[in-house]
Amino acid sequence: MKGLLFERNLPRFAASRLASAIGGSGRGAAVGPLRLTDVTPPDLPGPGWHRVQPLLAGICGSDLSTIDGRSSRYFEDVVSFPFVPGHEVVGILEDGIPGTGVPGTGVPGTGVPGDANPVGGTPVGGTPVGGTPVGGTAVGGTPVGGVGTRVVIEPVLGCVARGIQPLCAACAAGRTGGCERVAFGHLSPGLQIGFCSDTGGGWSAGGLVAHEAQLHRVPDAMSDEDAVMVEPTACAVHAAVDAEVEAGDTVAVLGAGTLGLCTVAALRRLAAPDTLLVGARYAHQRRLAEELGADVVVEPGQLARAVRRRSRSLSVSGTLTGGADVVVDCVGSDESLAQALTMVRPRGRVVLVGMPGRVSVDLASLWHREVAVTGAYAYGVEDVGGTLRRTFDIAMDVVAAAGLGRLVSAHYPLEHFEEALAHAGAAGRRGAVKVVFDLRAGARHGARGPATTGPTATKGRVP
Amino acid sequence: MSPRPGFVLEVDRSTPPTLFWHGEGYRLERLPTGSRVLYAPEPFDALADPVGAIRQALANPLGDAEPLASQLRPGMRLTIAFDDVSLPLPPMRRPDVRQLVIEQVLDVAAEAGVDDVVLIAALALHRRMTDAELRHALGDRVYDAFAPHGLLWQHDAEDPDQLVHLGLTEQGEDVEINKRAAESDLLVYVNINLVAMDGGHKSVATGLASYKSLRHHHNARTMAHSRSFMDQHRSELHSSNWRMGRLIAASGVKVFQIETTLNTDTFPEQFRFLQRREWEWGARDRAAFLASSKVLAATPPRVARTIFHSIKAPHRMTSVQAGEVEAVHARTTENVYAQQLLEVDGQSDVLTMGLPYICPYNVNSIMNPILVACLGLGYFFNMYRGRPIVREGGVVIMSHPTPWAFHPGHHPSYIDFFEQVLAETTDPNEIGKYEESFATDPWYVHLYRTGNAYHGVHPFYMWYWCAHALEHVGAVIIVGGDRAAVRRLGFKPASSMADALEMASDVVGPDPTITHLHSPPLLMADVR
Repeated sequence: MKGLLFERNLPRFAASRLASAIGGSGRGAAVGPLRLTDVTPPDLPGPGWHRVQPLLAGICGSDLSTIDGRSSRYFEDVVSFPFVPGHEVVGILEDGIPGTGVPGTGVPGTGVPGDANPVGGTPVGGTPVGGTPVGGTAVGGTPVGGVGTRVVIEPVLGCVARGIQPLCAACAAGRTGGCERVAFGHLSPGLQIGFCSDTGGGWSAGGLVAHEAQLHRVPDAMSDEDAVMVEPTACAVHAAVDAEVEAGDTVAVLGAGTLGLCTVAALRRLAAPDTLLVGARYAHQRRLAEELGADVVVEPGQLARAVRRRSRSLSVSGTLTGGADVVVDCVGSDESLAQALTMVRPRGRVVLVGMPGRVSVDLASLWHREVAVTGAYAYGVEDVGGTLRRTFDIAMDVVAAAGLGRLVSAHYPLEHFEEALAHAGAAGRRGAVKVVFDLRAGARHGARGPATTGPTATKGRVP
Repeated sequence: MSPRPGFVLEVDRSTPPTLFWHGEGYRLERLPTGSRVLYAPEPFDALADPVGAIRQALANPLGDAEPLASQLRPGMRLTIAFDDVSLPLPPMRRPDVRQLVIEQVLDVAAEAGVDDVVLIAALALHRRMTDAELRHALGDRVYDAFAPHGLLWQHDAEDPDQLVHLGLTEQGEDVEINKRAAESDLLVYVNINLVAMDGGHKSVATGLASYKSLRHHHNARTMAHSRSFMDQHRSELHSSNWRMGRLIAASGVKVFQIETTLNTDTFPEQFRFLQRREWEWGARDRAAFLASSKVLAATPPRVARTIFHSIKAPHRMTSVQAGEVEAVHARTTENVYAQQLLEVDGQSDVLTMGLPYICPYNVNSIMNPILVACLGLGYFFNMYRGRPIVREGGVVIMSHPTPWAFHPGHHPSYIDFFEQVLAETTDPNEIGKYEESFATDPWYVHLYRTGNAYHGVHPFYMWYWCAHALEHVGAVIIVGGDRAAVRRLGFKPASSMADALEMASDVVGPDPTITHLHSPPLLMADVR
């Protein structure tokens, strides 16, 4: 079966880095270590694992960084080659999950329907999730089970998926994104499905394997486009909760790509900022940010001024004396981090959602103004209003409420992966937000505006 | 030979192209046959002995005022306020009129033994003048006598210790002005009356006022009911200022008003073609036009701006009046009208104008998009008496590059106003909800008081200035402007005059009547 395989190949890695530097993000695909080839479907690593046939698989900023050869060397030991990328996946279960037919399985000790293991019949080692009831809802409130069930993948390969007992402290607390064992256990190293040689990924017609702890049933009423947005939205949900926004706060979001827009949607629905400001480069991003709940949407270069106005700050050497209570950086560049530090208030909080690499930033103001900078990666469980819920459950709600499937702008077949990645790399400039691979049988491919319904362009006519 | 009056040209096939100002440059446009072009009266002759005329005016005041010398005595407090850098335009060659007048006032004061004298630049909410600008306006002798001793002030509308509240007018308008000026035994105000709007009670009631006071007449409602604000008797702006001025007088503030008028000799010899009628251009004018056009086309905007802002106008004084405010202003207004009025028969469907590089609020600065709008719709549109030159529902076409550019030091709140307020609404009646937050923004207050920034509320005033025009016209088109900036203003961009006229016909119908305001030099249409 055809799939996209990313191999360790240093010359090609260098070539992709050069090509993307010259031609722009996503252009490294043509010369880099990614190639379309026959991919053998992965074996099931053990009990509790299931085969999933992808329907849609998104292209994420971290995928582009990897393909462009720009990702941090930090990740070298937490991926395993060769791997099939694709961690934003909605797919179909190819084999049933025994013991289903009831919502979840239950995590012994929690006394609530299972959230640490929401789809299967495999108890999670008797370890309570932080000893606290984790929500009360199974995936979408719908039992997961038989062949053909639509699921989204929670791709983090934590202790449960890796068969590690006892669970690390993070996994035991339900914070699977913080798993300390992503390079250990019976699987090859890999932060997530899509970066691990044993699991496959969403960019393959041969499918992937996932542990039942990673599967979330998609409600029947939810479209594939909405469903494929659940994973990035879960990242945004985690960031929105981690931002610790208090009622009445001024919050600024830098960047309005997929993560930025999902973060806006999540902040508007999970927090109570007095003012939510967004810096968005492109007109369609500004429109979407407004639709999703931003109060003030400006071009990125205007955001600091807008924050200053809102906070009625003075300014010293370009840094605000007051500023936003929280700045969420959904870009992850030197420039965006520097910008965040100029506009956050003293003792305020900067949350890095966009994946940064090596950056060069003057931290004097951070030190002097006692600013907290924190990363927000992946998902697990979130405390929302004193209730613990799985991040993916919350994300399902946010996606449905905000209609985030509208952010899916273009569908491509795997065969057109170079075009797809180039499109994703230039998404903002080309009026797009999320670009996905479409592996549905008989799928029509093409691009459409981010807020329209249904394809408006067919194969070969992508912008 | 006496100067020729203004002239209304009807364009025919033999008419040469018409010169349009276009920011730091100009264009030649061929207007359709039948269009009218309004040319300003030629510059009046200057006073042969301006110093003598000033002394004469001080000694023979108008109205019920006593001669200046008889109002001065040893031990009194004398304050001399003067118009700021916004006048005249372009800045005039040395000696500036303010220097000429203030030197004479100081001489009279010295002769009377007055030694408590303070000079105050009447900024209202304008930016503080630089030392160089003050020196230019006052001359070396005055500047050096006052500035080093801390006796040359710039009005600070945000310093509560420098303000005094004199009361409310019968319409409940706060009158709060500069304390030193109000508590002096005599306040002498020195005006440059470049246009009919300037002077009168507006000098003290606006130039030395606080935001609390100014907001009563600097708002959308007042400006929409000032038709025009160049015609005092039909101007709510002036009615409000007159009420305040009378309250100031009733409060015991003794004002000795000095008003001066200038001729319309606007540009130096090398740019003389800019104030000549095109069919009268000689070979030298054509050569100067071609040469300067070529040079400017190849010159970066920043350099072109520097070149133009270095121009000093050869304006010269044509009259000086002194004494009681209202009597002085009545005479001054007659003189301004005599120089600038041009009788125009009826309105037209379309009004075209070329906007130059300068307006009252960007001397030595950038003409940002808000100022472009204000110059065109606030000032030029209002240069009428009777009726607007363009009919109701008509179209105004302005030529200007309208760059999305701002001087961050001079116009910081303009940037936010443009990015945030105009992005939401361009309706002068709607923007008022943001006014208070801009007016009281501590950063803008800080920059106004310590830097050279216009007050935070100032861009609102610029937009209010456009209120009458925006209410009156059906569309505004800017030729050759930055398209994004033009759209942000709520106007339509056009790449050429022909395109603009085509677009205008969508609003006013085919074959519209067109009038071009050929200005500067300044002219005021008396539309019958």
